[in-house]
Amino acid sequence: MKMKIFSYPYMLWLVIFIVVPLLLVFLYAVTTTENGGLQFTVENLRRFLDPNYLDVLWVSIKLALQTTIITLILGYPIGMIIAREKPSKRNIMVLLFVIPMWMNFLLRTYAWLTLLGKNGIVNYIVTLLGFEPLDLLYNDGAVLLGMIYNFLPFMVLPIYSVIEKIDNSLIEAAEDLGANKFEVFTKVTLPLSIPGIMTGITMVFMPAVSTFVISRLLGGGQYMLIGNLIEQQFLWVGDWHFGSAISIIMMIFILIAMAITSKFDDQKEGSSGLW
Amino acid sequence: MRGGNKLENTYIIDLKSITKEYDGTKVLDNISFYVRKNEFITLLGPSGCGKTTTLRIIGGFEQPTEGRVIFEGKDITNLPPYKRQINTVFQKYALFPHMNVFENIAFGLNIKKVPKDEIKKRVKEMLKLVNLDGYENRSIQSLSGGQQQRVAIARALVNEPKVLLLDEPLGALDLKLRKEMQTELKSMQQRVGITFIYVTHDQEEALTMSDTIVVMDKGVIQQIGTPVDIYNEPKNSFVAKFIGESNIVEGIMREDFIVEFAGRVFKCIDKGFQKNEEIEVVIRPEDIIITKPEEGQLKGIITSVIFKGVHYEMICNDGQFDWKIHSTSMKPVGTEVGMSVEPENIHVMKKAIKK
Repeated sequence: MKMKIFSYPYMLWLVIFIVVPLLLVFLYAVTTTENGGLQFTVENLRRFLDPNYLDVLWVSIKLALQTTIITLILGYPIGMIIAREKPSKRNIMVLLFVIPMWMNFLLRTYAWLTLLGKNGIVNYIVTLLGFEPLDLLYNDGAVLLGMIYNFLPFMVLPIYSVIEKIDNSLIEAAEDLGANKFEVFTKVTLPLSIPGIMTGITMVFMPAVSTFVISRLLGGGQYMLIGNLIEQQFLWVGDWHFGSAISIIMMIFILIAMAITSKFDDQKEGSSGLW
Repeated sequence: MRGGNKLENTYIIDLKSITKEYDGTKVLDNISFYVRKNEFITLLGPSGCGKTTTLRIIGGFEQPTEGRVIFEGKDITNLPPYKRQINTVFQKYALFPHMNVFENIAFGLNIKKVPKDEIKKRVKEMLKLVNLDGYENRSIQSLSGGQQQRVAIARALVNEPKVLLLDEPLGALDLKLRKEMQTELKSMQQRVGITFIYVTHDQEEALTMSDTIVVMDKGVIQQIGTPVDIYNEPKNSFVAKFIGESNIVEGIMREDFIVEFAGRVFKCIDKGFQKNEEIEVVIRPEDIIITKPEEGQLKGIITSVIFKGVHYEMICNDGQFDWKIHSTSMKPVGTEVGMSVEPENIHVMKKAIKK
C-alpha cells in the first residue's frame, strides 16, 4: 500500500502524545524517588488500598453508575422520540441537544451554581411559596445533577442514531406477525438498539467516573471523587507517583467497564473494536 | 368486471372505492376489486401506479382516505396490522437481523404464545416446505438472497394466514432464481391453499403465476381479468403496451365485426361499438402471418430483422406504419412480403381519452 506513507504523521502523533505519556504514567506509578534515585516499588499501588481511598473510589463508581443509569432512563425515550420524528423536526431536536455542547463545559456547570445557590432562582421560588430555602449545592445530589446534565447528550445521540437507522419495515414486519406496540419495542426495537445503548453507556460512564470539575464546582471544596484525588496529588500534594498509580487503577476500571459493555455489543454484530 | 361466481361469500377480501391521498395528491383513485378464497391475484403496474399502497392498505399499514376494506364480510378498514389474519412478505424481506432462522420463523407463533413443542414442529415443517431443512440455527446474514426470501415466506406462512401479501418478493433475485421461485411460489400456494395477493411490475411474472391480474396505472385500475384475457383482450392501449409487445394502430369501427385500419377493411370478432366510432386496434406481433406479397391483407417491406432466440423480430413497413412481427421463419431485409391477421387476433379497444 503506497498510501501507507500518509499515516506516518498520525503514527508519530500517537507515539508522542499517547504512547509516551501513558508509559510515563505507568513508570511513575511503579517507581519512587524517596531515597534518592529511581526505585521500582508497588508501594504507590498498595497505598490506594487505604479505606479512605477505597471509599473515594467507591463513591466515584457509584456516582458514575447512577449517572449512567439515569441518563439511560432519560436518554432512551428521548432518542427514540427524536428518531421517530419527521426528518425536518428531527434535525431541529438534535440541534437543540447539541447547541449547549458548543458552550464551554465549565460555563455550563457554573450556570448551575447560580441556579441552585442560596440566593439562586430555585430557592427564590421556594421562598416565594413560603418555604425555607433549601441546601441544594455541595452535596451528592448536586454533583449527580451536574453530571446528568452534562452527559445526557452523549447518551441520547448514539441511541438516537441507532434507532433512526432501524429499517421501518422491520417494525412493520413485527406488527404484521401479530406484535402490538409494546411487543414490537421489546422484541425488535430494543434488541436492535443495544449497540447504541452500549456506546452511550461507555461515553457517559468514562467521563463520569473521572470527572473532577463537576464535583469541584457543585460538590464544594471538600467533595472528593477519584478525579479530584488525582488532581490533588498532581497539583497540590505534588506526589506524581501516587497520582499516576491512581490514574492507572482508574484506567483499569474503565477498561473493565468497556470490556463488559462491548461483550453485549458484540453479540451478533461481528467484532467492533478492542474486545 | 369479472365473470364467474359473484356470490359475496366466496370473497375473502373486498375493496370498496378505496381512495388514498398524500398531502392532497391522489395516489389511489376509487380502487374496487374483490379477491376470492384461494386465489392467486396479482396487482401489476409500473412503479408509482399505487399497487404497493393498495397492498399496504390491505395489510393495515396505511389507512385509506376514503373507502372500506372488507375481510370475510367484516369491515377491517381501521384494524391495526397485528389484529389482521393477514401476513406479508416484504420487498426486502425485513428479516430480524438479531435473530436466527428459527427465531425469525417462530416470531409470530411466540407472540401468540403457542406451546414451544408445537412451535418447533411447525417451524420444522415450514423449513421443509421452503426447502431449507436444517437451517434453524443459521444467522440471517449468512443466507443468500434466495434463502432469505424463503425464510421470509416461511415466517409469514407459519402463522397460517388466510391471506398472504407479497410485495415484489422476487425483485432482488437474479433472473434464473426468479424463474425458479416463480414456479415454486405458485406450487406452494396451491399446496397450502392460501389466498395470495402479489405485487409486481414484471408482466411476465404476473402472467405466469396469477389466476387474476389487476392492471393499475396512475392510481386507477385499468383492467381486471385472467392472464389470458388481459393478454388477448387488453381494454386499452396502456394495458396492451404494458403486457407484452403489440402493434397499436388507430382505426374506425364501421359496424359490428367490421373494422377499418391501415387503409383496409378487416373482419373481426368485436362488437358493441357505435357505428364509425374511432377506436384503437391491437395486434400481437406473433399473430401477424407473413405471406406472399399478393396473398396478404397488407403489403410491406421488411426493414429490420433481429434474432431473439426462439423467434425473429422483424419490422415491416407498409408505407405508413411499422408493424412488429414475431416469426420463426426469417425474411431478409428489403423483401417485399404480405401480412395477414386472423379475425380473432384483431383486438379492438376503446380509444384512450387524451388527458
